[in-house]
Amino acid sequence: MKKKAVQLTKHIICIILCLIVIMPFYMVLINSFKPKAEAAKMTLALPTEWHFETYLEVIDDGNLIQGFLNSLTYAGIATIVGVLGCAMAAFVMARNRTKINSFLYYFIICGLFFPVNYVTLVRVLQTFQLANTKPGIIIAFISSMIPFCVFTIRNFISSIPVELDEAAVIDGCGPLTLFFRVIAPLMKPTLVTCFILQFMGIWSDFMTPLYLSNSSKLYPMTMAVYQFFGKNKNAWNAVFADIILTCIPVVIVYLIGQKYIVGGMTAGGVKE
Amino acid sequence: MFSVSKTEYGIFILKESGDRMKKKKVYPWWFLIIPLVFYVCFFLLPSLLGVGFSFTDWSSRSAVDGTHFVGLQNYIEIFTSDENYAAGIGHTLMFTVISNIVKLIPALLLAVMLQEGLKGKGLYRTILYLPSILPFVIIGIIFRSIFNFDHGLLNMILEGLHLEFLQQKWLSDLNVVWKSIFSVDAWRGIGYCMTIFLAGLQTIPKSLYEAAEIDGANFWQRLRYVTLPMISGAVMINLVFGITYGLKAFDIVYVLTNGGPGHATELLTTYSFQMYSTGNYGMSTAMNAVLLFITAVIGIIIVKVMSKKEVQQ
Repeated sequence: MKKKAVQLTKHIICIILCLIVIMPFYMVLINSFKPKAEAAKMTLALPTEWHFETYLEVIDDGNLIQGFLNSLTYAGIATIVGVLGCAMAAFVMARNRTKINSFLYYFIICGLFFPVNYVTLVRVLQTFQLANTKPGIIIAFISSMIPFCVFTIRNFISSIPVELDEAAVIDGCGPLTLFFRVIAPLMKPTLVTCFILQFMGIWSDFMTPLYLSNSSKLYPMTMAVYQFFGKNKNAWNAVFADIILTCIPVVIVYLIGQKYIVGGMTAGGVKE
Repeated sequence: MFSVSKTEYGIFILKESGDRMKKKKVYPWWFLIIPLVFYVCFFLLPSLLGVGFSFTDWSSRSAVDGTHFVGLQNYIEIFTSDENYAAGIGHTLMFTVISNIVKLIPALLLAVMLQEGLKGKGLYRTILYLPSILPFVIIGIIFRSIFNFDHGLLNMILEGLHLEFLQQKWLSDLNVVWKSIFSVDAWRGIGYCMTIFLAGLQTIPKSLYEAAEIDGANFWQRLRYVTLPMISGAVMINLVFGITYGLKAFDIVYVLTNGGPGHATELLTTYSFQMYSTGNYGMSTAMNAVLLFITAVIGIIIVKVMSKKEVQQ
């Protein structure tokens, strides 16, 4: 009897918390379909008339297609280059524990703590003729994900037996074949985790494009939505529709990759 | 080359003598190049340059007037000016400490609660984690509407419950604004911290709890002497992520209050951006250098603790 009461209390607490999480999204969704004057009241009631055309208008006015393509370019290229590069480096650092390699490891993970200095980053990018270009923004994203990826992946590699490397070498594998044909498939869980976390992180990032892009052509979705909000502060229905459209890609990635996020996010640290 | 010998169990191993040679070949140094080049050129170099430029009067006028060395002037300005930039340092530290406390303790209790196979645990976790994947810009805009004094959802709910006396100007009242920021931060972050704790809790063998129960340990004793020591890894991860997040926080304040009302909620990062956008690059980099110094001190402590742990194993 007592056990049942405890279970029930737990469920009630969880349901209340979930409602607190969901309520804002519900409000945003429901108000995005209302006409402008009704949306300004921001009630939780259903719309008196449903306006789906707000979404079409927002896609045009909010520069959303360009924003979506930009976000996809930044997040896609940066995660692929960054995660693969870090995986190769982490592999060597984990396996060949010379003094210089472990120094380099701690040297890199110090970056977990440091803030990026965007002001001087802009200047460095200027010297490379990369300021206010897409490659410049991608480079900034790659460099800021390196400490986290190296840290997570290196911890994971320690759990792959060294005997595999030895067997592969005896079978005549070079370093590249060894890494891509033998080790990388075994690292799939942690690699996928890094891909998803970094992809979502870049998709959500606001500070990097805020400093590094000066024209709306370079804006990712987060910047586009903020600009749109600044211009249409009173048209809450349109702002909410913009928010929903910006959220959809991240939520889809989250729902597909969920098991990797939850399982892998902590694999690096918790095992220690 | 390396030599191969056969052990008594019939397994091939690589002979010690050829080990060094082999390692260089199998684990080539050039695998390190991509991350190192990016990290050094576009992460470390800007940070170091930033420290250098913080001693100059670098600004948007420098293209004409040139950049001059001004010694500690920027730092003196930060710590003594009437603009009270130093408050930004205090706010940054306060944000880091409080935002972690209000997230980690509820998250831990929630995780412990969910630990013993509650039906629907997966669904609860999915929903509670959801806010932490969304861009802060979006969460900021949503909560600006919720905190709206006249039409916002929060004040309307309070009105509906006949609790009008609790209604507040959530984002413009000096006494409330920080609490609003921390609530939004907790709303977003608790699910994330909880997930990390849950992963740690899963590694604890059930037998430990059974043994503790036989010894007559109550809930708090079990939490203190079984759970917490066993999830030290997860606590560490949460602390590292939480502290670094707190020190570098920017979006949440920038979108919610933009440092206002007045300068009541400015962080080092928001001041730094404000300086940048007004063309005072020297001051901006000096602010960043102060932040760099704080994070470096905390970071060194954390890395020392972590490397000690690794050696112990």
